[in-house]
Amino acid sequence: MKTEDKYEVVIGLEVHTQLLTQSKLFCGDSAAFSTHPNTHISPITLAHPGTLPRMNSKAIEYAVKLGLAVHCDIEQHNYFARKNYFYPDLPKGYQVSQHTTPICKNGFVKIKVGETERNIRLNRIHIEEDAGKSLHDVDENYTSIDLNRAGVPLLEIVSEPDMHSSDEAFAYITELRKLVTWLGICDGNMEEGSMRCDANISIRLKGEPKLGTRVEVKNLNSIRNVKRAIDVEVLRLIGITESGEKIIQETRSYDADNNSTFSLRTKEDADDYRYFAEPDLTPFHITDEYLVEIKNSLPVLPEALKKHYTEELQLPEYDASVICEDKELADYFEELTSHCKNYKAAANWLLGPVKGHLNDSNSGFNSFSLPPAKLAALVQMVDDGKLSFGMASSKLFPALIAQPEKEPAALAAELNLVLETDSSSIEQWVDEAIAKMPDKAAEYKKGKKGLIGLFAGEVKKLSKGKADMQIVNELLNKKLNNS
Amino acid sequence: MEVNDELVDKLAHLARLKFDETAKAEIKTDLQKMIQFVDKLNELDTTGVEPLLHMSDNVNILRADEMKGSISREEGLKNAAVHDEHFFKVPKVIKK
Repeated sequence: MKTEDKYEVVIGLEVHTQLLTQSKLFCGDSAAFSTHPNTHISPITLAHPGTLPRMNSKAIEYAVKLGLAVHCDIEQHNYFARKNYFYPDLPKGYQVSQHTTPICKNGFVKIKVGETERNIRLNRIHIEEDAGKSLHDVDENYTSIDLNRAGVPLLEIVSEPDMHSSDEAFAYITELRKLVTWLGICDGNMEEGSMRCDANISIRLKGEPKLGTRVEVKNLNSIRNVKRAIDVEVLRLIGITESGEKIIQETRSYDADNNSTFSLRTKEDADDYRYFAEPDLTPFHITDEYLVEIKNSLPVLPEALKKHYTEELQLPEYDASVICEDKELADYFEELTSHCKNYKAAANWLLGPVKGHLNDSNSGFNSFSLPPAKLAALVQMVDDGKLSFGMASSKLFPALIAQPEKEPAALAAELNLVLETDSSSIEQWVDEAIAKMPDKAAEYKKGKKGLIGLFAGEVKKLSKGKADMQIVNELLNKKLNNS
Repeated sequence: MEVNDELVDKLAHLARLKFDETAKAEIKTDLQKMIQFVDKLNELDTTGVEPLLHMSDNVNILRADEMKGSISREEGLKNAAVHDEHFFKVPKVIKK
C-alpha cells in the first residue's frame, strides 16, 4: 500500500463570484472591470464621511437565483454586518458582509467524477462587497491603490468539508462555474478574478472520525490550479505527518510557477474581525411572492435539460452532456431543433462540424454567427438526401460561414454540390464503372459480393461525389447480378 | 471580565492606536466601567427575546441597478495625502 493511501483527504472550498450587475453593491459606480484605475469611484466607494450606502436590488435577485438553483433554504430576514480589518484597499476599514444571516443556507451541488455522482453539501452563500486592488509593482516607493473593484458585489459560496480528492474539487468548481454562467449572474472568468477560490485542506487516517488540522490555501486562479494546489498541499501534509511532526493551522498561498505553497500567516496572528451589525444599511426581507417570482424566472437548469435530451429527444448521454455544458450552446441547440426535428443529426452537427470550426478558429461559441435557421436548413438537406454529409460539412458549411447572408439551398446549387438523384445520369456512371472493370464484374458474379464497394467507389469518383449513393447501390446490384 | 494591560494592548493594536502609559491607565479604568455597565445589562433574563440586529423599523430600502453618482478620478484623488495621476499611494505593503 502506498503511504498516501493510508490517508483520507478532506477539502472544503470557498468560492467568491463577482456578480454581473451594472452597478456596485451599495452605490451607482460601474461594477465592470476597467483598465483605467480609479475611474469607477464615488464618495461612497471612497468611504467619505457622511455618505450612506444603499443596497442594489439586483444582487438580491442573483443571490436568490443561485440559492434556488443549488437547493438552498433562502433566508427571508436579512441583515448586514461589518467585518473589521485594516488594509489600504479597504477604504472603510470594514467589509460589509452577511455574517449573521447568510441569504442562502444548506443546499448542495451535484458533481460527477468518472461514473460516480455525489452531492457536495453547501454550508452557506452570502452577499458581500469586494475590496479594491493593491498594486505592489507599479511604484518603487509606494503601494498603489485602485478602488474600481471596491464595492463590487460578490457571492461567497462556502461548501462543507465534503470533498475527498482534487478531482472532486475540480468537478465541484467546474459545476459551480457552469451554474453561475448558466444563470447569467457571473462571467465565471477565473483568470481575470471574477471567480476566485480558497481551499481548506486537511488529512486524516482512513477511518478516523475527527478532522485533522486544516490549512487554507489561497490564490487559486484557475480550475486547473485548484487541482494542482490541492495535490501538492496534500503531499506536503502527508510528508509532515509521516515524519512525525505536527501540522500547524495556517493560511498559505499557491505559487503556480513553482507548483508549491508557502505560508502567509499562522493561527497565532489570525485576524480578529470583531463582526457587528451594520447600522447604515436597512435589513431586507424576501417575501414568499418574490421567491415564487424568481423561481419562475429561472431557466431550465443543465441537469434537467440533459435529462430532457436523453429521455425525450433520445440523444446519447455524451451528446446531451456536452450541449448542457454551455448555456449558449444549449440555447442554440434549442433554436436549431425548433427548425428541424432530427435531434440526433442536429447534435452531430453541433458537436462535429460546428465545434471543429470553433476549435480551428480558436473561438468560443458566443462568436458563432451562423443563424440556427440556416444550419437547420443544412441539416434538413442532408436528411432529405439532397446533399451528402461529407459535402455538406466540408464544402457547404465553410462556404456558408464565409457568406452567412446566402441561403443554404441556393449556395449548394451555386457550388454544384446538390446530389444527383436523376437515375438516368447515375445509370451512365454505373455503366461506365462496370465497363471499366469487366474482370471484377465477373468475379462479383461468381460470388465475391464484397466487390460492390469497389464499383460504388468508382461511381463516386466519376460523379465527383454528387451521386446519391442509395440509388447507385440499387442500380449496381441490379446490373451486376443481371448482366 | 477584567481589563488588563494585555487586553488594552490587543485592542489598541486592532484599532491601530497608540497611547502612552498615563493614557493607558485611564483607558483601562474607562473600559472597566463600560464593561461593568454592560455586565449589569447581562443580569436581565432575555430568554425568548429575539436579538435586535437593527435599530430602525425600515426594511427594503433598495435601489435599482443603475449607474449614477460617480465622480472623476481627479476629484477622487484630490483629498488623498499621497497620489499620482492614477493611483492613491500608501506605504509599501509588501516589502521586496
